[in-house]
Amino acid sequence: MSQLTKPPVVMVTETDTDGAGGVRGWVRELALGLRFAVTGGRRGWIRTALTAFGVGLGVAMLLVASSIPQMLENRDGRGDARQIAKYDSEKASDRSFLYFPNNTDYHDITVTGMLLQAEGKGDIAAPPGLTELPKPGEMAVSPALAELLSSPEGALLKDRLPYKITATIGDTGLTGPNELAYYAGTSALTEASAGGRSEGFGGGPRFSEPLNGILLLIVLIAFIALLLPVAVFISSAVRFGGEQRDRRLAALRLVGADRSMANRIAAGESLCGALLGLLVGGGLFTLARHWASEVTVWDISAFPSDLSPAPALIALVAVAVPAAAIVVTLFTLRSVSIEPLGVVRNSTPRTRKVWWRVLMPVLGLVLLLTQTGSISMGGTSINSLLIGAGALMVLVGITVLLPWLVEAVVKRLDGGPVAWQLATRRLQLSSGTAARAISGIVVAAAGAIALQTLFSSVEGNFIKPTGADTEQAHLHVSSQVRDGAEARAKLGQYADSRGVAGLVGIVESTANQTGPKPAGEEEFLFTALTVGDCASLRQLAKLPSCEDGDVFTVDKVDKYDQYTYYPRAGQKLSLGGNRNHGDAGEQLAWQIPADAKRVKALIDPSGERTGGVLATPSAVDLAKLSKPWATAMIKLDFKTPNAMEHARNAVAELAPPPQPTTVREIELNEVNAKFAGIRTGLLIGATATMALIAVSLLVTTLEQLRDRKRLLAVLMAFGARRSTLCWSVLWQTAVPIGLGLALATVGGMLLGQVLLLMVGTIATDWLVFLPIIGVGAGLILLITLLSLPPLWRMMRPDGLRSE
Amino acid sequence: MGHTLLGLLESGPRHGYDLKRAFDEKFGHDRPVHYGQIYATMSRLLKSGLVAIDGVESGGGGPERKRYAITEAGISDVGQWLGRPEKPQPYLQSTLYTKVVLALVTGRSAAGLLDTQRAEHLRMMRILTDRKRGGDFADQLICDHALFHMEADLRWLELTAARLDRLAKEVGA
Amino acid sequence: MSAYPGSLLWAQDLRKVYGPTPALDGASFSVRAGEVVAVMGPSGSGKSTLLHCLAGIISPDSGSIGYGGQDLATMSDARRSALRRSEFGFVFQFGQLVPELTCTENVALPLRLAGVGRKEAQRAALEWMARLEVAEVGDKRPGEVSGGQGQRVAVARALVTSPRVIFADEPTGALDSLNGERVMQLLTDASRETDAAVVLVTHEARVAAYSDREIVVRDGKVRDMAGTV
Repeated sequence: MSQLTKPPVVMVTETDTDGAGGVRGWVRELALGLRFAVTGGRRGWIRTALTAFGVGLGVAMLLVASSIPQMLENRDGRGDARQIAKYDSEKASDRSFLYFPNNTDYHDITVTGMLLQAEGKGDIAAPPGLTELPKPGEMAVSPALAELLSSPEGALLKDRLPYKITATIGDTGLTGPNELAYYAGTSALTEASAGGRSEGFGGGPRFSEPLNGILLLIVLIAFIALLLPVAVFISSAVRFGGEQRDRRLAALRLVGADRSMANRIAAGESLCGALLGLLVGGGLFTLARHWASEVTVWDISAFPSDLSPAPALIALVAVAVPAAAIVVTLFTLRSVSIEPLGVVRNSTPRTRKVWWRVLMPVLGLVLLLTQTGSISMGGTSINSLLIGAGALMVLVGITVLLPWLVEAVVKRLDGGPVAWQLATRRLQLSSGTAARAISGIVVAAAGAIALQTLFSSVEGNFIKPTGADTEQAHLHVSSQVRDGAEARAKLGQYADSRGVAGLVGIVESTANQTGPKPAGEEEFLFTALTVGDCASLRQLAKLPSCEDGDVFTVDKVDKYDQYTYYPRAGQKLSLGGNRNHGDAGEQLAWQIPADAKRVKALIDPSGERTGGVLATPSAVDLAKLSKPWATAMIKLDFKTPNAMEHARNAVAELAPPPQPTTVREIELNEVNAKFAGIRTGLLIGATATMALIAVSLLVTTLEQLRDRKRLLAVLMAFGARRSTLCWSVLWQTAVPIGLGLALATVGGMLLGQVLLLMVGTIATDWLVFLPIIGVGAGLILLITLLSLPPLWRMMRPDGLRSE
Repeated sequence: MGHTLLGLLESGPRHGYDLKRAFDEKFGHDRPVHYGQIYATMSRLLKSGLVAIDGVESGGGGPERKRYAITEAGISDVGQWLGRPEKPQPYLQSTLYTKVVLALVTGRSAAGLLDTQRAEHLRMMRILTDRKRGGDFADQLICDHALFHMEADLRWLELTAARLDRLAKEVGA
Repeated sequence: MSAYPGSLLWAQDLRKVYGPTPALDGASFSVRAGEVVAVMGPSGSGKSTLLHCLAGIISPDSGSIGYGGQDLATMSDARRSALRRSEFGFVFQFGQLVPELTCTENVALPLRLAGVGRKEAQRAALEWMARLEVAEVGDKRPGEVSGGQGQRVAVARALVTSPRVIFADEPTGALDSLNGERVMQLLTDASRETDAAVVLVTHEARVAAYSDREIVVRDGKVRDMAGTV
């Protein structure tokens, strides 16, 4: 069949005289390991692929995280570039244009809009992303807006933007690919009605408010809390398939590799996984970049080119990850001795010493305590190095405390049903593995709990209840009108619009004192005159009685009140507009009736309080009011679908630009935008981290199951119920995670509390950990669910057939 | 047999009947040896000088009883015998082989023949195993010896059964 | 419905196909209470598949398996599992003891799976371990005992539920002959004592010699040697 060939003669001589520890030995064995990783048969290959994928996920996360600063920078840059360069005082010129910002909200998304009107015939600068200003009646839209307008979902918005689409805004003119924005050309603007006049875009000095100390602290802790689990994940990914690898190494020992050679070969294998992981991570990151433009989170989307991490950070990742892989591998192999005839796990493992495990988090806490009271809303700098180190020590401390805790607890577990017994016995035998597998989730949970504690207690600084009554009103619309008559007409039109159930309508105007400026004042004193029927006024103040013709006075309502003057009954007001702006004066004087009552202001449905003078329509001649604001607090009829959008459309139609109009949705809370952004980012990050950890847990669980395939088959032969085995898998995951989450709760709350001491408060809400625990519990369930189908398959008796 | 008797004499001189009893006890198992056989063997050993007459007792009325003792030559002969390996018997199953070939050549069922033989072997092995379970230590060892032999035979039977096709070709059946 | 009067467990015309090749191709079998039947045959002949079918671990593609007036071939998985828990015992070649449980806990496992209380199961386990001369390793884990001891623990585990049928798949395959014979002796002694049937898959004639009767599986078909004598 085959011809016999003489085997080649190989002389084996010991040439490696510089010993096993020599540099050449290192290089040679690392290389050998690298080769084994890719050529080590199907199993070795799967292991390498798993590690590469795991490390890749982690690396991709790191890359995304490290490109966030650049991304925000780019966004802000483009945002700045399209800011109108302000030359308000400029006269009309060949190059000037008038503008009128006309943003609108559509459902929960803001559509950034700008009306432009060329004044000169010359070369007028176009906004970024456009080559020329849109002509009157035409508009240029962002691709996302174009798509929305051409879809059925955008039908109502289309009614609100009655312009013909003639151009598309290029990427340079958008903060993100999914931004909704338009520039519309108009001829309706006048110098008086326009928002201003300009000759170009961008270039204005950038005003960027720095984050205050508390937000900085939150961002710092968030980065640590989110990236530490990623690091833990990477280190556990390096261990994927470790038991199979050990068996393979034992075979190498049999043919003559010594212990340190075996260790280095193992290190080489991990290195291969890590290097491939870097490639995979790069690939995933590239995919994520493309995918990024498809996704909008809380109004923010990013161009692929925005996601580009700093080269230094890339280099750091590229060096740190493979180095970590080698270190972790060598560290793991410490407790395993790979003998030629098999792997011996140190059956009596070193009793875990508790002192240094406790010392670490305690030291971290002490470090943090030195910063007590150092951070305030006002400050903008924090000792980030010290705080970062402290927080890191606490969180890492939790992970090193975990194996000890798990071991100490499972040692004492006994009794219970078979499933429980199987699970606890397994945990007793390998509590370290179990603890390692979940350390990622524990760190993530501890960090999240600390952040939540911090968040919930400082939230008050960033989120203020508006006092609004969203049962009574949903939309606050205010537009400046020519006179009182138009105001009244407008309010009536609003009330009749589609989707509107009712409204509180008032006419607001500024009134001055009569007579000359008081001594020592630079301006005429001014106050507010609000006109509305009794029903509307009752929403603004506590009226003892009211009939048409009555007038009421209200004193200063709070310290932020801008009015400089609170007239009383019998005093005279000038109504022709604000005299400080050169409006009509004395001749439009109106006397507050002598029987006007002083009343107390109420919080109106939109959450505001009104001071000054309140009058019923018959008491004051509306026609005399100059440029008053017609204000409606609209209650929507939610039986009408899209009532909110219909109402907004009505406002846009009835008070078209350039009529100055504000439309805002009435909300219960006012949230600091930066705070909201950070909270959002945190949610995204936490979700991604948790998902990552779920992946690693799943891999570990499946690996354990595969190693026990035969045993499962035997147990099935004995008539074990599938449910018994499923429960044992559940317990096996649930017990350590339960312990871990308990530890995370204690550690996280402690950390959170210590961080709060820096801010100078104490925790108020002691139950913030519940949702995170809920997520953890959900994760257990998810892992178990996902591992059930493979478990089911492995429980088939085929496993009994010998390999 | 001669060597066995010599070996028995090494522990001390014995009468012929003593020898028979000792032989039966230790090696007889299935069938006791005839005294005549002992007598004949002893005569042969006497002639070759491996044993000597140690004395003769004449019991009252009974036959006279010779007492045998081993000589130096006899002792060294036993030593040599024990030191010499037994010749392995490579053609133990030659009869069976002949049967198989004949079955093939004559178109009878060789597989059936092998199966029958196999069943017979196993039946025998079962008997030996049973005896082993009931017997003392010596029985166990002896039965094991037989069992291992029969197992070897069985393996040959199995192997042959698996290669009957080829054998058939070779013998031109 | 028994096609084999007086038999405890029987199978008629079993067929089972794995991939392209039939593992069982019309195999029939029967065993009486207290009888030890050796299943022999070359590797890959379908011995283990026959045993797995007889024990209700897998279902044959066709054919019927009678036990106690029921047909295992058409029984639901849950009922077959229940049957295995209460009426059958198993010994395999290797890898059958749960490594993290102690030997005693391993022996007690089938009882516990069948719902027996912890203490009672433990007591029964210790009794059987004493019978099989492994009481002294009760507190050790399977990894810490010798192969022979481990296999005896496995036999104790197979016997602890007082099964009516014991299935042994190469129970001595990983043992030397001395240990192997000891295990066989203890196994067959125990089965005789409790009148349990033993279905013994082996390729070793000396192990098969502990049986009362042997069958040979060849190419998925069974030859009952008793019938050919």
